[in-house]
Amino acid sequence: MHATSARHPGRKAGVYLATALFVVFSALPFYVMLITSFKTQSAIFSPDANPFWFSGPPTLANITLLFGQTQFVQWLLNTVWVGLAVVIITLLLSVPAAYGLARIAGSWGETLGIGIFLSYLVPPTLLFIPFSKVIAYLGLQNSLWALIVAYPTFTIPFCTWLLMGFFKGIPRDLEEQAMIDGHDRLGAFVHVVLPLAMPGLMTVVVFAFTLSTSEFIYALAFVTHSASKTVSIAVPTELIRGDVYHWGPLLAGALIASIPIAVLYTFFIDQLVAGLTAVARD
Amino acid sequence: MTARTLSQGQRDTLLAMSMVLPAILYITLLLGIPIVLAVVYSLNDVTTGSPVMRYIGLENFIALLDTPDFMRAVGNTFLITISTLLGVLVLGTIQAELLVRPTRGKWLIRFLILLPWTAPASLSAIAWLWMLDSTFSPIDWVLRGLGLLGHPGALFGDFDNTFWLGRSGFALFSIILVNVWRLLPLGTVIILAGLNGVPRDILEQAEIDGAGYFRRLFHIVLPMLIPVFGVTILFTFVFVFTDIVTVFILTRGGPANATQVLPTLAFFTGVQGGSLGRGAATALFLLPVLAAVSILILALIRRREI
Amino acid sequence: MASLSIEHLSTTFDRGRVKAVDDVSLDMPDGEFLVLLGASGSGKSTLMRTIAGLERPSSGAIRIDGRLSNEDPPRKRNIAMVFQSYALYPNKTVAKNISFPLEAVRMPTAQIQEKVKWAATLFGIDELLHRKPRELSGGERQRVALARALVRTPSLFLMDEPLSNLDAKLRHSARREFKRLHEQTGITTLYVTHDQVEAMGLGQRIAILNKGQIQQIGTPHEIYHEPANTFVAQFMGSPPMNLIPDGDWLLGFHAEDAWLPEGETPAGQHALPMEIQQVERLGSDALIYGVLPASQTEVILKLPDRLAGGLAIGASRTFCVPDSQLQRFDLRTGLRARN
Repeated sequence: MHATSARHPGRKAGVYLATALFVVFSALPFYVMLITSFKTQSAIFSPDANPFWFSGPPTLANITLLFGQTQFVQWLLNTVWVGLAVVIITLLLSVPAAYGLARIAGSWGETLGIGIFLSYLVPPTLLFIPFSKVIAYLGLQNSLWALIVAYPTFTIPFCTWLLMGFFKGIPRDLEEQAMIDGHDRLGAFVHVVLPLAMPGLMTVVVFAFTLSTSEFIYALAFVTHSASKTVSIAVPTELIRGDVYHWGPLLAGALIASIPIAVLYTFFIDQLVAGLTAVARD
Repeated sequence: MTARTLSQGQRDTLLAMSMVLPAILYITLLLGIPIVLAVVYSLNDVTTGSPVMRYIGLENFIALLDTPDFMRAVGNTFLITISTLLGVLVLGTIQAELLVRPTRGKWLIRFLILLPWTAPASLSAIAWLWMLDSTFSPIDWVLRGLGLLGHPGALFGDFDNTFWLGRSGFALFSIILVNVWRLLPLGTVIILAGLNGVPRDILEQAEIDGAGYFRRLFHIVLPMLIPVFGVTILFTFVFVFTDIVTVFILTRGGPANATQVLPTLAFFTGVQGGSLGRGAATALFLLPVLAAVSILILALIRRREI
Repeated sequence: MASLSIEHLSTTFDRGRVKAVDDVSLDMPDGEFLVLLGASGSGKSTLMRTIAGLERPSSGAIRIDGRLSNEDPPRKRNIAMVFQSYALYPNKTVAKNISFPLEAVRMPTAQIQEKVKWAATLFGIDELLHRKPRELSGGERQRVALARALVRTPSLFLMDEPLSNLDAKLRHSARREFKRLHEQTGITTLYVTHDQVEAMGLGQRIAILNKGQIQQIGTPHEIYHEPANTFVAQFMGSPPMNLIPDGDWLLGFHAEDAWLPEGETPAGQHALPMEIQQVERLGSDALIYGVLPASQTEVILKLPDRLAGGLAIGASRTFCVPDSQLQRFDLRTGLRARN
C-alpha cells in the first residue's frame, strides 16, 4: 500500500491533514499547559479569555512562585535521586539475571524468564496496602528509601526481560571465542558481552529511570511528608489545597517535570517496542 | 569452589544460579511477601485502627459482592478498559497507517505523538484536569465559540460549561477519553512496528493483482497484524485495568461513585477508610481477571505463526 | 497479449545520483519471451519494476500495447508478476490466493470458481487448494504463484528470478515447465535472471544489462557467438571467453574452441603456446589453466576429458584455435570489430 508513493496530491493533502489532527490531539494539553504557565492570574481565571494564546503580556510569575515558594526544586531533586538509585539497583540485579537466564540456564531459564515477565504484570494497585506494611516494618515509611526499595520490584522484572532479548541477540560464537582465547564464562561475559550490550544497558537505564519517575501509587501510599515527595505525587497533592487550584504554578510544574522525562523516553522507545513485540515471537 | 572437578556444564549452572539468585530473591521477598499479605488481609477483619486480626474467611469477598458500590466499580472497570481498548485499536491503526510513510519533521511529529505516553501519568492527568475543568475548560471555550454550547437548544447544553467531570455520563466518557489519549501512542508504535513487518513484495504483489488501498488494507494487511493487535490488547488491558491515576486525579471516583474503579475503590477503602481487609479483597478481584486475560492473549498470539 | 515498447527509459534514485536504469530502449513484439540478464546491481530488477509501475521512471516512455503507461498505477496495466519470493498471501488458502486478482476486479463468483479450477488444473495443484502457503514446498508455492499470475489473462507477464529459491534439481524441470507454459499461452513474457544458463535455455531473445544500460539484445546464439562487446563476451560462457591482447586489439575465443594438434599448428589456426598451470578433470570436460608467456595472459581452455590425460603441470604445449572462431575487440572501446 505504500509501495508506490501517493500519486494524487489530494490524497497527500488528506494524509497531512489527518496527521496534523492526530498531532494536535496528542499535544494540545501540553501546549495549553505551556501557554497557561506564562499567563497572569487574571488571564487564567477569566473563562472568556482565549486559552490557546495570551490575552495580556506573558509573565514569569507562576514560574517564580513555583520555584521560589513551593518545594518544587526539592521534589525534583527527590525524583532524580530516587531514579538514579533505582537505576543502580536495577542494573546490579537485572543484568546478571538476564544473562544467566538468556544464556546459561537452558530450559528452566525460559520458564523462569516468562515467570519474571508475568511478575511485571502484578499490579501495584493490588500490593500497595500490604506493601506499605512491609515498608513500615522496615522503618522506611515517609522516606525516599521506601521508594528506592519498592520500585525495583517492577523495574527488575521489566528490565530483566528486556535485557534477555538483548543478550539472546548476541551470537554465542563470540563468547565461545573468548573462552577459547583464555577467559572463563564470567570473563567472557564481562569483556565481550557487556560492551556489546551497551545499547541494551542504556535502554535499561532510561526505562528504570522513567518508570520510577512516573510511578504514582506507591509514592502516594508510602510518603506523606511534603518535603520527601517525588514530583509525580507532589504536584497533584501539594499544589492543590482543598478546592483551591493554583492553576498557573500547577500547570507549570506539571509541564516542567514532564518534558525531560518525555524527551528521554522518546529516544529509547524503539527498543521498548522491539521488546514488546518480541512477546509475540517468543 | 573446586572448579577443577566440575564440568563446564556444571560450572555454568552454578554461575547461572548465582547470577540469577539476587534478582529472584529480591522479587520473591519484596513482591511475594506483599502478595501473601494481601491474601491474608483479605481473609481477615483488619483495620488500621485495631492491631488485632480476626480470621473471617471469605466474608470480605462475599460482603463486597453485596455492595452496590463494589459492583458498580467492577462494571466501570470493565467498561472503561474495553472502551479504551477499542479506541486504542481503531485510532492506533489509523495513526500507524498515517505515520508509516517517511516524512519530513518525523522526529518532531514522533515526539509530539508520543507525549501522552512518555509524560508521567499523574502530570498529564493534571493537564486534563484543566482541559475538562467545570469553569475554565478550553474545550468548552471552543464549543461556545462554535455555538455548540451555552445557549438554549445547543448540542452540549445551555449552560456555559459542559461539566465534563461533574456529570456521571460525561465523567465516564472523560475517563475513557483520557485513557485512550494516554495509551494511543503505545498502541500506535506497536502497530506501526507490525506494519513495517509486512513484507514489501506482498504489498506490491497485491497492487499488481489489482487491489486498491482498502482491499489491501482489509484483506492483506490487517490479517497479518493480528499478533501485533494481540500485544496491543494485552498491554493496554493490563495498564488500564489496574490504573488508579486517571480516576484518582480527575474525579476521585465521583461524581457519587459514577467513575469508581476497583483500584481507586481499594485505595479509598483501605487507606482512607482504614479497612485493610476490605481494601485488600477489593484489589484481589483484579488478579484472576488479569491472569486469565494475560494467559489467554499470550496463548492466542503465540499460536498464530505466519 | 500485448507488445511492450520502452523508449529511452531512465530510473534514478537519490535525487538523480544513482542511475539504476540508464537510457534503455527495447521493443518486444506480442508473444515474445525476453530475458533480462545481468549481475546484481545491473538494473534488471529496477527495469522490470519500472515497467510494472512499482518505480517511477525519471524520463522515457513505456508503452504497453501502444498505450503510454507511465502514469498508470500497476493495477491499471493488466500485468501479472511473480516475485522471487512468490509473495503468496500468508493468511489466505491457495484457492483464495489464486482468486484474489479476480475478486479485485469484481468478477462474478461462479466465473471466479471456474477460472480458479482451470488454473489449478493447468499447474497440477488441484489437491492443494485448501492449504495455506506455509504448508507448501518451494515448488508448490511457485506453481501457486504462477496460477495466480495467469488466472486472469494478463497482457504482460513479468517474472523476477523465479527459480533462484528452488533447489538445483527442481530448476531443470521448472525451466521446462516455463517453456511449455509460454508455448501454450503465448503471453508476452519478461524474465529477469542472473543465471546465464537459464537465460540461454528460456529466452527467445536475451537483453544483457550492466550498470543500467543494455549491452546487447539478441538471440542466445547471437549473444554467445557474436558478442557485441567485451563485457558480453566475458559475461557469457563458463568459463568466460578468453581475451588476448594483440596490438590495438583484443582477440577473443571460447575455451571449448581450443584444441591440441598432434604436431605443428595447422593452417587456418591461431597458435597458442602456453605453459600449463593447472588441470581440472571434471568428468566430461577438462579445464586447462595456463599462461601465454608472450603476453603473460592467463587463459582457460576446455577439452574433452579423454584428451586431457597427457597434460602435465608445468609443461609447455602449443594449443590452437581456428581463425574463424576468433573474435576481435577494440582495445579501447571494447566493441567487437565486424569481420
